[in-house]
Amino acid sequence: MPEKHPLQDLVTQTRRDIVRMVHKVNSGHPGGSLGCTEFFIALYHEILEIKTNFDMDGIGEDLFFLSNGHISPVYYSTLARRGYFPVDELNTFRLINSRLQGHPTTHEGLPGVRIASGSLGQGMSVAIGAALAKRLNKDPHLVYSLHGDGELQEGQNWEAIMFAAAKKVDNLIATVDLNGQQIDGPTEEVMSLGNVRAKFEAFGWDVQEIKEGNNLEAILEGMRKAKQHTGKGKPVCVLLETVMGNGVDFMMHTHAWHGKAPNDEQLEIALAQNPETIGDY
Amino acid sequence: MKKYTDQGKKDTRSGFGAGLTELGRKNNKVVALCADLIGSLKMDTFMAENPDRFFQVGIAEANMMGIAAGLTIGGYIPFTGTFANFSTGRVYDQIRQSIAYSHKNVKICASHAGLTLGEDGATHQILEDIGLMKMLPGMTVINTCDFNQTKAATLAIAEHHGPVYLRFGRPKVPNFTPENQSFEIGKALVLQEGTDVTIAATGHLVWEALVAAENLNNQGISAEVLNIHTIKPLDEETLLQSVAKTGCIVSAEEHNYLGGLGESISRTLSRHNPTPQEFIATQDTFGESGTPAQLMEKYGLNNKAIEEAVLQVLKRKA
Repeated sequence: MPEKHPLQDLVTQTRRDIVRMVHKVNSGHPGGSLGCTEFFIALYHEILEIKTNFDMDGIGEDLFFLSNGHISPVYYSTLARRGYFPVDELNTFRLINSRLQGHPTTHEGLPGVRIASGSLGQGMSVAIGAALAKRLNKDPHLVYSLHGDGELQEGQNWEAIMFAAAKKVDNLIATVDLNGQQIDGPTEEVMSLGNVRAKFEAFGWDVQEIKEGNNLEAILEGMRKAKQHTGKGKPVCVLLETVMGNGVDFMMHTHAWHGKAPNDEQLEIALAQNPETIGDY
Repeated sequence: MKKYTDQGKKDTRSGFGAGLTELGRKNNKVVALCADLIGSLKMDTFMAENPDRFFQVGIAEANMMGIAAGLTIGGYIPFTGTFANFSTGRVYDQIRQSIAYSHKNVKICASHAGLTLGEDGATHQILEDIGLMKMLPGMTVINTCDFNQTKAATLAIAEHHGPVYLRFGRPKVPNFTPENQSFEIGKALVLQEGTDVTIAATGHLVWEALVAAENLNNQGISAEVLNIHTIKPLDEETLLQSVAKTGCIVSAEEHNYLGGLGESISRTLSRHNPTPQEFIATQDTFGESGTPAQLMEKYGLNNKAIEEAVLQVLKRKA
């Protein structure tokens, strides 16, 4: 287990990791990664009950599934700094022969990852399956998942959302990253999601909201509350309102950095805004 | 010649149902999922006996594949059940990413494959599924020939770790293989030994191949019949041993000739022992409504068609 650091230090360091990783290979998805950094740090350091030794079945611990796999930079940085694999390995992101593929996979045996994701809309079904397995195993731990808001445009989600409510999968907390952006532009313009809360509620979910999705305290409070709502016959959805690109001023409030890497100069600006805390990889 | 007797026509899907029932009783890690086709897939008994381990997912095959992948995390062995069309083409990306690429121990069990689904017509008669599944790295592809073999295969795939596509059908076909047989994945069976031509068949065309071999024998032609129940991994050794003896081959399957068993065979032969081959398969076409027998006749998938193909390929023998 790595030594305990203040969560904010981890957030800042993870932001540095994200921009450095995508800059090095001139590819990857910094915007959504930065927007979800506080969520990942809160989740992996305070919310999830996880075992130190990774095994695929994950019996006796909480599980997390990342459905919007393109935000792999924040996932990899979080997993590495939580002790799943060496932090130095972040150097290999998206390079040939790496376990850190562009989108997360079990194929290269990277500890911490239990399903491939990247082709959108599949993660909720997988999380439901894992939650059903927990139920069969009489394992009281929970299954968490994260989904992009644009990702909800994929129809498979709505099959899964219907199933989870109908079959009372109440050991599942599915979080939607409501940043309002997708590759082609604001979600509202590309394909309006309408009232996401009302949609989940209409399908029979217990919906919680975290309005300040980039505020660690708000996330911790919201996720703890969501946890208290499990086990009551309904799947739990958390609507996490984040700012894409959070923490790097020129990347914020735009879809422009959804899948674009900073150049050398932009990297320096981003790093200056996020001074080194617990040490670069 | 060996004599094979039809012990009475039975549907292969019932063989799957019988195997699943047995698995339900002896392996508590086996779970089953169905997309609103419990009766068609013969999953009723498993469901009744194991309500906690059975998941009705409704008409939502993509979700079913994802849930199956998730159930493996925690140690379960999910068997999904729907028609072949909805087990493959409809959910290709879900299988590709969440099951095959993720190495998940899911058994995709597909009924109503091919033309012999019959009257429902081409929308439901997939003839491309073997190709779709065999192209996925790590996927095992099995197409069984009768009730008994389908039951045996259903039991065997539970013991095999890794994704499997098990293909069977709707109509009642001759049940001629032994009851309570063992099933070895990837091991072709030599059902009839012969010297003039090899007939390599899969699925219920194995019976048609046996009938053709008997008719050919009456004409003085000695046909070797292989039951290739596992299309991937292909038993190249048995195949090459057979053609080394016979020098020509007819492949037979209820599938498009593109992407099917015949294509896998020709790839193997072209690398190791180029051999004249004729293809009993559909010729890059969709199906249509009709009875199974009418469709097999019209699309050239019965013992008569196999016989004709044998006569053709013999002419090409060096």
